[in-house]
Amino acid sequence: MFSGKSNRREFLEAAGILIVSFSLPAFLTPADAQDATSSKTVALDDVDAFLAIDRRGRVTLYSGKVELGTGVSTALRQILAEELDVSLASISLIEGDTALTPAQGKTWGSLSIQVGGLQIRQAAATARQALLQEAGKQLGVAVSDLVVEQATVRAGSGGKQVTYGELIGGKNFSLKVDKQAPLKDPASYKIVGKSIPRSDIPPKVTGQFTYIQDFKTQGMLHGRVIRPPAVGGSLQSVDESSVKDVPGLVKVVRQNNFLGVVAESEWGAIRAARNLKASWSAWDGLPEQSKLWEYVRATKVSKEDVTSNVGNAEQALAQAAKRVSATYDFAIHSHASMGPSCAVAEFKDGKLTCWSASQAPHDLRAQLAAMLSMKDSDVEVIYVEGSGCYGRNGHEDAAGDAALLARAVGRPVRVQWMRDDENGWDPKGPPTLMDLQAGLDASGQVVAWYSQLYVPEGGGGNVKLLAADLAGLPCEKGMFPGNIINNSAIPYAFSNVRTVAHRLAETPFRPSWIRAPGRMQNTFCNEAFVDELAFAAGADPFEFRLRYLTNDPRGTELLKRLQTFAKWQGRSAARSAGSDVASGRGVTYVKYELSRTYVGAVADVEVNRKSGDIFVRRFIIVQDCGQIINPDGVKNQIEGNVVQTVSRTLKEEVTFDRSRVTSLDWGSYPILKFPEVPDIDIDLIDRPAEKPWGVGEPAAAVVPSAVANAVFDAVGVRIRSVPFTPAKVREALRIA
Amino acid sequence: MVDDPDMPLLYALRDNMGLQGPRFGCGLGQCGACTVHLDGKAARSCVTPLSAVGKKKVVTLEGLGSPDKLAAIQEAFITNQAAQCGYCINGMIMEAAAFLANNKSPSEAQIKQALANNLCRCGTHLRIVRAVKRASSIA
Repeated sequence: MFSGKSNRREFLEAAGILIVSFSLPAFLTPADAQDATSSKTVALDDVDAFLAIDRRGRVTLYSGKVELGTGVSTALRQILAEELDVSLASISLIEGDTALTPAQGKTWGSLSIQVGGLQIRQAAATARQALLQEAGKQLGVAVSDLVVEQATVRAGSGGKQVTYGELIGGKNFSLKVDKQAPLKDPASYKIVGKSIPRSDIPPKVTGQFTYIQDFKTQGMLHGRVIRPPAVGGSLQSVDESSVKDVPGLVKVVRQNNFLGVVAESEWGAIRAARNLKASWSAWDGLPEQSKLWEYVRATKVSKEDVTSNVGNAEQALAQAAKRVSATYDFAIHSHASMGPSCAVAEFKDGKLTCWSASQAPHDLRAQLAAMLSMKDSDVEVIYVEGSGCYGRNGHEDAAGDAALLARAVGRPVRVQWMRDDENGWDPKGPPTLMDLQAGLDASGQVVAWYSQLYVPEGGGGNVKLLAADLAGLPCEKGMFPGNIINNSAIPYAFSNVRTVAHRLAETPFRPSWIRAPGRMQNTFCNEAFVDELAFAAGADPFEFRLRYLTNDPRGTELLKRLQTFAKWQGRSAARSAGSDVASGRGVTYVKYELSRTYVGAVADVEVNRKSGDIFVRRFIIVQDCGQIINPDGVKNQIEGNVVQTVSRTLKEEVTFDRSRVTSLDWGSYPILKFPEVPDIDIDLIDRPAEKPWGVGEPAAAVVPSAVANAVFDAVGVRIRSVPFTPAKVREALRIA
Repeated sequence: MVDDPDMPLLYALRDNMGLQGPRFGCGLGQCGACTVHLDGKAARSCVTPLSAVGKKKVVTLEGLGSPDKLAAIQEAFITNQAAQCGYCINGMIMEAAAFLANNKSPSEAQIKQALANNLCRCGTHLRIVRAVKRASSIA
């Protein structure tokens, strides 16, 4: 069953070689990894692609899904430890190395556990079965009489035992993942379902953790990029004499509109980038920000996506006793990562190695190879965790920059974006506009729902690399904003529903996905409009939702549980106008992508009628994500979703003039600060027997509408435009 | 090694001394990721030119404690699992440690105010406040 070939790691270990090298097994030097490349399978259906056990019983988990700061590196180890019956401490993790880890897809869409974790679980179950079979043979005991604990198999009675290390140590399983391999009964779980502390936090709080921003390699130089001052401007001339005095300057690199500097020291690179005189052509192709929504409406529609169609919404609308309509919009957002993007690239013997915090190392490899006209197999991308990205930020672009600069100077180059690079040039969450109409009959029942969404065309994919685009090298065509029409359809069973997405042929900035892309914007529009309908029908917003949630017991249970957890009092009468500061509560519900994680939220807000300031005092969340791997990890994600999205809802908006982004720092792109952060109460519905669903995004989707509905409850006006700035609140109150 | 007195302290710490506690976040003194202690006071190393450091005592996150010998505040961050990506955490701990040195038992509101100019994008704020509160009670 097991192939006899000892793996390289075991051999090196026996030889007493112990070189700790980053992101690789402790017993491999980077050069040895090249050997591992040829021997290590990364096929998604091979057990050996996911895990290896050495003679001492130490387990290596190979994960194509990567740690973005969400805690999955701990959760994935929990899943493996549980299913394989090994200790957590015995597992080391290698993540996102194109030579060593299976291509499990981008780390996006709240799928690391739901998809990646379950792939690991099935591989572990297959391995465990194989180990039991082998142990049964060696011990002369029926498999059904074997017990496994901490990587040791023993007969149910008697003292005979054998360890995993003895059974497989250093050898390959050489097995296909068996989709039928029996999984453990969740009732017997000892590790899954427990709040295991994250293994990355101790090094992160002591300065021992190596982020991509810290990564160094031998002979590494420092690069900086200089972008066009106007997004579409062309480079006309560069005056290299302007930086000849910068100590340690290695090279000014220019290729079409790609411009960068490389220096021996980081400070030298920064000074060179600042001082370099270059002239660029003018360009003013961006729309006027104050007319953004007119621009969106006027943009050519390339296609229509009908995301749901029940009955005849337009006809029912025309015949309705009462009609309600509203338009919602959601601003352009930046990922606004705390640490600007960074990457290191090195060319050696015709091959490129790139260390990157990309959420998609395998896809980045293909992009770098295409840009440089290299074979995929001549490029290796190795994941090194960076500052949180929350989607496709600038990490991949920094990798493209580093690769171009490294090729130009023939030495390893680290590219660190500056703050204005990050805010100015990360791909943006595109502007979103939705028109909604609904009809009610005389008794207040909803008889029609018709929504029209205006968002750029395209779905998930590889967002083109800036370096390739600027340098005129091969890169992707088209837009990849993520699957942003998700959740444009609704969970409520109205008798006539039509939801249409007008897909636009262009959008002002290179779009990409930011946490809960589309799901957040669409849920904002839909759930705020549902609140409008509840009010129009004179119904309590909880009861109103429950009325139309006719065939979803989990959704119904969740909403009822939230009602109790939040001590919901029912809709009160219009708030008194007595004081300047009014309080209100709003509720929102989402079934993420209408197919998985359920979240319900109640927001408590205070609105200052005079200043227009909104203070979100508290969020109350109930979530059902099926089986919970790590409850504290789930809570940490929910808290992060709420706080980050309150920030996006109240404050965030990319600003721009006709040529460029102008919100280039934290003063012009403010995010939520400590005194503004809401308290958060969380109730998790654990369903150990169900599949685990994603938690990285769903709780973000409910936030903007919960706040909007609470603001309405407080002061009686609808704020239908994110961000909810004080000026918008004051204006709404003025015309109310 | 250093040929420019205008070079911010951050680059000397990171590039010349190889420290990984202080982090580059904005280079503008706006986010706090680069915070160190200068003579016991929290300072933004990304906008502190070397010429301004002089003989002041510089302490970085590494100087507070190590995984084997954690400072109380580091331990409190671990106990409260007060990090997500963790990129801002250096600044949170350094700012809070300087604050706690002069404020032995602060309220949550005071902690939030003390950290008002330290930014976190992951939304770990509530855990950070709890960690600082805990550190104040065990220090």
